[in-house]
Amino acid sequence: MAQHRRQLPWFAGLILGALVLTALFAPVLAPQSPTEGDITQKLVPPVWMERGEREHPLGTDRFGRDVLSRIIWGSRISVVVSLVAIGVAGTVGTLLGLISGYRGGVTDAVLMRLTDIGLSLPTILIAVVLVAVSEPSFRNVILVIALLLWPRFARQVRGETLGIKEQDFVALAVVAGRSSAWIIRRHIFPNVIPTLLVISTLQVGYVILLEGTLSFLGVGVPPPNPAWGLMIADGRGFLATAWWISLFPGLAMLLTVLAVNLMGDWLRDHLDPKLRQLGVRGVVLESADAVPTGHAIEDAVKG
Amino acid sequence: MGRYLVGRVLQTLLSMLVVISIVFFLTRLSGNPINLLLDVNATERDQEILTRHLGLDKPLPVQYGIYVKNILLGDFGTSILTRRPVTEHVRERLAATLELGFVAMLLSVLIGIPLGMYSAVRRGGPMDTGARVFAVLGQSMPTFWLGLMLILFFGVVLGVLPAGGRGDFSHLILPAFTLGYFTSAAILRLTRSSMLEVLGSDYIKFARLKGLHEQVVLWKHGLRNALLPVVTFAVMLFVQFLGGAVVTETVFAWPGLGRLILESITTRDYPIVQAGVLVLSGLYLAGNLMVDLLYSYLNPRIRHGTA
Repeated sequence: MAQHRRQLPWFAGLILGALVLTALFAPVLAPQSPTEGDITQKLVPPVWMERGEREHPLGTDRFGRDVLSRIIWGSRISVVVSLVAIGVAGTVGTLLGLISGYRGGVTDAVLMRLTDIGLSLPTILIAVVLVAVSEPSFRNVILVIALLLWPRFARQVRGETLGIKEQDFVALAVVAGRSSAWIIRRHIFPNVIPTLLVISTLQVGYVILLEGTLSFLGVGVPPPNPAWGLMIADGRGFLATAWWISLFPGLAMLLTVLAVNLMGDWLRDHLDPKLRQLGVRGVVLESADAVPTGHAIEDAVKG
Repeated sequence: MGRYLVGRVLQTLLSMLVVISIVFFLTRLSGNPINLLLDVNATERDQEILTRHLGLDKPLPVQYGIYVKNILLGDFGTSILTRRPVTEHVRERLAATLELGFVAMLLSVLIGIPLGMYSAVRRGGPMDTGARVFAVLGQSMPTFWLGLMLILFFGVVLGVLPAGGRGDFSHLILPAFTLGYFTSAAILRLTRSSMLEVLGSDYIKFARLKGLHEQVVLWKHGLRNALLPVVTFAVMLFVQFLGGAVVTETVFAWPGLGRLILESITTRDYPIVQAGVLVLSGLYLAGNLMVDLLYSYLNPRIRHGTA
């Protein structure tokens, strides 16, 4: 088992590599346009079925749009949304976490109460309301996800900072008369980077699922964008006749999230054994909100 | 303990106030419901009367103050569309949400505990590996997609279970499994690790040395002690279901509170959106508070502030 854990997750690495390449080269790889369909070619089944056509390997949807091409372009949405949302949330959360941990006192108390509140909110419910009333758009989806995500970074970075602050090299820098900003930048921040890398990876799967859920509910990325969640919703009315519309984008999402999670687990075990207890948390939507509340229990989940 | 308790209660109240504020300001800033309610021929005078009737002519802070006061008094107003008290709408739908959440929790426990126990006892065996795969998949599966695929397989292909709506027990199976899949995986892992810990303890070794039957050791001495964290966790899961209800309810056309919220967002029926989100969030926050207090009571390390 221990041996098994040390191995590089090839499966996850391959899928993630493929995902990034697909997102980068979508215009070259996609055989058809992702948004424009041929109405005479609607609901064509995948190529291996009767009536299947070679131009549409995974079939077409109700507007005659090529499912494979939409999945390929859709990978861009998942990649961009998760990178930007995590970038924004990570930056804000890290900054606040560093300040909170280093300053201590009232600043820390106020910021950590804010973090607790942020972590205690029912994520999906709040996200649905936030996006729905602010008009679904790319920017709003990213902002709302970032807003719900920053406390996770703040909490973790603050904890790390508290530990690093006690180290001798920090005390020496203080004695040498360095400013707080300088110490945070030169001594503390570099030491939280491994943790940051691990939390960020562990959040990617969560963000992809959250964006997918919002898009599925019609309060995420607006149509006709080829977001995977939106495609799955498109196929809802055709489950009996054209199941491929929903099946394939869901598979793409499942594989992606699976790969990211496996990679995150591996990174955590390697870069930062202290974080091992982060475990299962945060990956699935219903349980994502569980963070401060009952997190002793979650530690146990990751047995 | 006393300090922890007070702090935790205060934090819950603050969180609730944040939810109230978010919901209030966002729904008010998002557009004018008057335009949805009156038809195009309405005169300006009609608009004014309706605006005043709904209290929308007052400044936002005043509206907010009135709103918070009314919530404290348990008055959520009337639905803009149906003119019925919002509490009636919410009560009708809440029962369905609680029913689904309860069955999902039961299902997760029934799947998770036996499987977790089995994989702890047969550690490293094929069943243990299978349970691991089950758990990892549960972590990565989009809930709504799982729901649709279950409908496709059991509803469309096999035709043995209804695809949606609320009715007899068969209507509950697919949505409850969808909602409970991840959590049964989580319970499985928790039971497994908790059981492994208990099985390695001295009193289990002693029970075996005494020559007790293996089944008695496992079920009576083992499971009973391993179950404590699992039960606490199960209560927490129920609370989680409330937060995620909107997704599963939408997939299965389940007439619960989550779906009511989503419908009311489309029709801009603000009072219902507000009340729905507040009730679900309130239950969610209160439930989490209860779990934390229960857990800190059971776990002395938290009780004395060392964990």
